[in-house]
Amino acid sequence: MTHYRFHILCCGGTGCKASNSAGIVRKFEAVLKEKNINDVQVITTGCFGFCEKGPIVKILPDNTFYVQVKEDDVENIVNEHIIKGRKVERLLYTDPKSEGHVSDSKHMGFYKKQMRIALRNCGFINPEDIREYIAREGYAALGKVLTEMTPEAAIDEMTKSGLRGRGGAGFPTGLKWGFARKSVADQKYVVCNADEGDPGAFMDRSILEGDPHSVIEAMAICGYCIGATKGLVYIRAEYPLAIKRLQIAIDQAREYGLLGKDILGTGFEFDIELRYGAGAFVCGEETALIHSMEGQRGEPTVKPPFPAVKGYMGKPTNVNNVETFANVPVIYLKGADWFNKIGTEKSKGTKVFALAGKINNVGLIEVPMGTTLREIIYEIGGGIKGGKKFKAVQTGGPSGGCLTEKDLDTPVDYESLAAAKSIMGSGGMIVMDEDNCMVAIAKFYLDFTVDESCGKCTPCRVGNKRMNEILDKIIKGNGTMEDIELLKNLATVIQDTALCGLGQTAPNPVLSTLNNFYDEYVAHVKDKKCPAGQCKDLLSYVINPDKCMGCTACARKCPVAAITGTVKQPHKIDQAKCIKCGTCLDTCKFGAISKQ
Amino acid sequence: MAVKSLADLKKMSSEFKNTVSLRENGDNVDSLIQIKVAMATCGIASGAKEVMDFYLEELDKQGIKAVVTQTGCMGYCYAEPTIEVKLPGKDPIVFGHVNVEKASEILEKYIKNGELVEGIIPVNYETVK
Amino acid sequence: MAKATIKINRQYLKEIKEVCESFNYEKGQLINVLKKTQEKIGYLPAEVQMVIAEELKVPVAKVYGVVSFYSFFTMVPKGKYPISICLGTACYVRGAEGILQEVERQLGINPGETTPDGLFSLDCLRCIGACGLAPVIMIGEKVYPRVTPNKVKEILDEYRK
Repeated sequence: MTHYRFHILCCGGTGCKASNSAGIVRKFEAVLKEKNINDVQVITTGCFGFCEKGPIVKILPDNTFYVQVKEDDVENIVNEHIIKGRKVERLLYTDPKSEGHVSDSKHMGFYKKQMRIALRNCGFINPEDIREYIAREGYAALGKVLTEMTPEAAIDEMTKSGLRGRGGAGFPTGLKWGFARKSVADQKYVVCNADEGDPGAFMDRSILEGDPHSVIEAMAICGYCIGATKGLVYIRAEYPLAIKRLQIAIDQAREYGLLGKDILGTGFEFDIELRYGAGAFVCGEETALIHSMEGQRGEPTVKPPFPAVKGYMGKPTNVNNVETFANVPVIYLKGADWFNKIGTEKSKGTKVFALAGKINNVGLIEVPMGTTLREIIYEIGGGIKGGKKFKAVQTGGPSGGCLTEKDLDTPVDYESLAAAKSIMGSGGMIVMDEDNCMVAIAKFYLDFTVDESCGKCTPCRVGNKRMNEILDKIIKGNGTMEDIELLKNLATVIQDTALCGLGQTAPNPVLSTLNNFYDEYVAHVKDKKCPAGQCKDLLSYVINPDKCMGCTACARKCPVAAITGTVKQPHKIDQAKCIKCGTCLDTCKFGAISKQ
Repeated sequence: MAVKSLADLKKMSSEFKNTVSLRENGDNVDSLIQIKVAMATCGIASGAKEVMDFYLEELDKQGIKAVVTQTGCMGYCYAEPTIEVKLPGKDPIVFGHVNVEKASEILEKYIKNGELVEGIIPVNYETVK
Repeated sequence: MAKATIKINRQYLKEIKEVCESFNYEKGQLINVLKKTQEKIGYLPAEVQMVIAEELKVPVAKVYGVVSFYSFFTMVPKGKYPISICLGTACYVRGAEGILQEVERQLGINPGETTPDGLFSLDCLRCIGACGLAPVIMIGEKVYPRVTPNKVKEILDEYRK
């Protein structure tokens, strides 16, 4: 069937393209043609995620991996590798540790910045078929825990692994389980928090859609550890596919006797039910979540009492997030010591991020703790879209902060991100470029918090609203320097006095942009300018009469007929009519329109 | 089909390893063409279902023996819809931006002739097994 | 609130009662009852909330408190083609605000409203998880990827025929 002896794969990712991968492809084609070789195919691929060593050339079927290939190397590769079957040693990747050449890309896992633990089955198995999960050691961890370990020993193992809550706060999972175990009650509950509320984060949805059984298995293990027979998944109603797959998985697990009474003949009983979240960000907070599950308004209450003592229906309840649970089965299969070796001193294992925004390779990624932001953005993410300049990366969503150029070498772990004045958060990671106004971003997040505030405590209900009004004033060009001071004061008061985590962290996006981009605030206030050209009230679109060819393209596209002029004569924009949609700027082929 | 003990589960696991992707085909799994379509919300939003339907229909029509299954998110959101194709005896290859037209090109060129087509996404992660 | 005069048709009344029964009239299942009812009727006007309150034996104020708390519930009927503009962060940084303004301009309604002809309703939502396709809008179940303001009219026209 195969007519090709070799395939030559050239990386066509943005990074490699910038270092002339297209020229290399052309050169390969030319050399092969010249030598009359017909059974070799040259093909351009997507990003290898190894841009620092680009351009990358990979040869199939032997998986040879050449790095930093230049046009001049092409002939050499064809002569040696393709014709004589000898690898070109000098182009192979050199392992910085052993200083030896690595030729086979299968043995260079270390170059791959990503490591999939929580996502191990996503994209591999059919999530609607329990047999595929079982084939990949599914439910073996549950079996091991039930037959070989006491609950105490299992909790110890979890503590030893160093796993911390992936919902954002990073509380040690083993410790949390231990608290729930110690509470004495006739009924306890295991709750999975699948109310993924950070706008721009979709890790938990992807796990539930791609590998629901790992969460079910982990919940059962947790049930055994803390002494609970009932599990509840609190899931957003906005995730219909995740709900459907989770329900199918629960039904299949019951059918196979992996949920229900006498699991695996050990006498252990556990079952899971779904509860729907109905669109309230605050319900990610565990006390609010519990109220919501009880059918009430999802308002948080003061801790203590902690859910481990008094939670759902007043009974001891352990709440963990989806990604935390997804890590659990592997930890028992491979052991705490194995997990413990991954990551940094205080942050073990990996973290999943939804990498999005102005980045080339938008994606769902999983990296060992300690990977730097630079590696994530420039290697895995393939750099900034459209060759624009990197400005900031936001982590932690509405509770987090912005990190800038100076922070790019910060390793991603709970402590380092906190030291850089952001947070790990649940895993949203949004990259922004020079066209994004940081004042507008702060307002965007505050809009969100104001919308989502449950209204129970005054600092959050009123304070955030006032902050939002001040930001609105600044964005519209009516702000004063006193406003900036007031903003700072308000932010600190809210941080100190709000009732729950949502309120206390709501000012973070404002404080972090004030810290890192103070000049941008000042520009809005003093010069009445938006340096990024995003705030509409502070900019106008103008046509440069010297460049305008009078092609009428913009006038025809303008949705409000604000552009007038005769054919082949410079056109004009009526500022009173202009709604600043930017369509003309995108339409103009002559670069005659600019934002001012 | 209840699993009654850990021993049961272990037996089942090794059985499924060989047979699960086979469905009713009865052959050795490695001798079959396997296509996985990433069908998470974003994949479906960008047309993964149409691609899956295309393969189910077209492979059947042309009498090509293959296993087409759905799977979760592969992580390459920028390139949805994504599919993974594994030809017998070869490493699996992931293709991105697969609309029905691309799916047809992959079928004609890669699946039938082993000729690669543009749109390959190199796997850039390691997975624990 | 012993005898609320309820102005909803019998069919709906029957369906609401069935939903309440299917959850065993459990007070703790209020959110699920509301969700199911909204799936059947399309929205949760005051009259419907009164019936549910009576069935589950909880104060109407509590039902209203829950309905108004969660953004998933609506008290006004949606349009034939409900439009949702994703305002998640990824869509926002890629220009979702401009899309929203254009849709508002085209339809002459604000988020939370329905056009007078009942054809479209407009809502904002936070992230459907299609960040790779940002900015996106949803009309019914269909997702439109990489929308720009000048594509909006064309998209809406598909539904106006």
